[in-house]
Amino acid sequence: MSHSWALALVLLFATGAEAQVGSAIPSMPARSDSALEATTTMLASELRCPVCQGNSIQDSPSELAQEMRSVIRDQLRAGRTPDEVRAYFVDKYGEWILLAPKAEGFNLVVYLVPILAIVVGGVVVVRTVRRSTTGPAQGA
Amino acid sequence: MNWKRATTAVAMAIPVIGILAFGLTRDPKAIVSPLPGKPAPSFALSVFAPGEGATALNVGDTVRLADHAGQVVVLNFWASWCLQCRDEHRDLSATATEYFDKGVRFYGLLYNDQESFGLRWIQEMGGQTYPSLLDPRTRTAIDYGLYGVPETFFVSRDGRVAYKHIGPISQRQLSQKLDSLLRDGAGAP
Repeated sequence: MSHSWALALVLLFATGAEAQVGSAIPSMPARSDSALEATTTMLASELRCPVCQGNSIQDSPSELAQEMRSVIRDQLRAGRTPDEVRAYFVDKYGEWILLAPKAEGFNLVVYLVPILAIVVGGVVVVRTVRRSTTGPAQGA
Repeated sequence: MNWKRATTAVAMAIPVIGILAFGLTRDPKAIVSPLPGKPAPSFALSVFAPGEGATALNVGDTVRLADHAGQVVVLNFWASWCLQCRDEHRDLSATATEYFDKGVRFYGLLYNDQESFGLRWIQEMGGQTYPSLLDPRTRTAIDYGLYGVPETFFVSRDGRVAYKHIGPISQRQLSQKLDSLLRDGAGAP
């Protein structure tokens, strides 16, 4: 009887220890995997899918986009920085691959024109509103 | 006053219409590749379709770009589901045979497709004179910045990408580019 109690205690500790080990081993890669996946998702969202119209490789279901996500993941896992991964794709596809072009040189037009349009539009709206509100007062 | 407004509206509309009209004249698929002039990405891929005659290799052989230093190499990415690949197939096969003795090597690279479909397609097309290679997980295609198929890359004797052709290529276009590369002799040993 005492033997069976001892055996039960040994089994209990053994399973407890195994459970602890079992939970400890996957938890370490799980954390690094989640960081890797987050960086992969971030980079995949910045890159244009070559076989789609205006989709990122993160949003595209195409096989090429899936493979490009794998390339990103593999390169990050191999120790490359996000900038180095971006540079790899720019080296192969040109700056066209970046969904948001770099804010330099002629690309600045893309960033400045909307701001200019908002400012000019705002001025037009303000002037029109002023004119319409002051108009009747002058006439009265 | 109305004339002034109309003139302002037209002055603002003209640049917008001009930009849109310019956009319509451009082919959105014709994207300039940064690869020409740069060293061709290396690869080691296995043969799944052997080719014919003098150009033939054994199925399962590994082809490495590095083994072709000093030779002009033509890489044609294709797929069995690609309709435009049918248009260029005969011209590629004929040119590969014509330029073999001049030291030019042609390879087909199967893109995003299954080996069995590729073999059936070659059979349906009446054969392929040059070997075709498998590109597992399209890694070589990504290394070459591929947008779609067919695309053809010309690697000069010094191992650089000399030209990239998007879409089906004709025998005349192939000959022009190859003659130019052979005449140029850039990097010839």
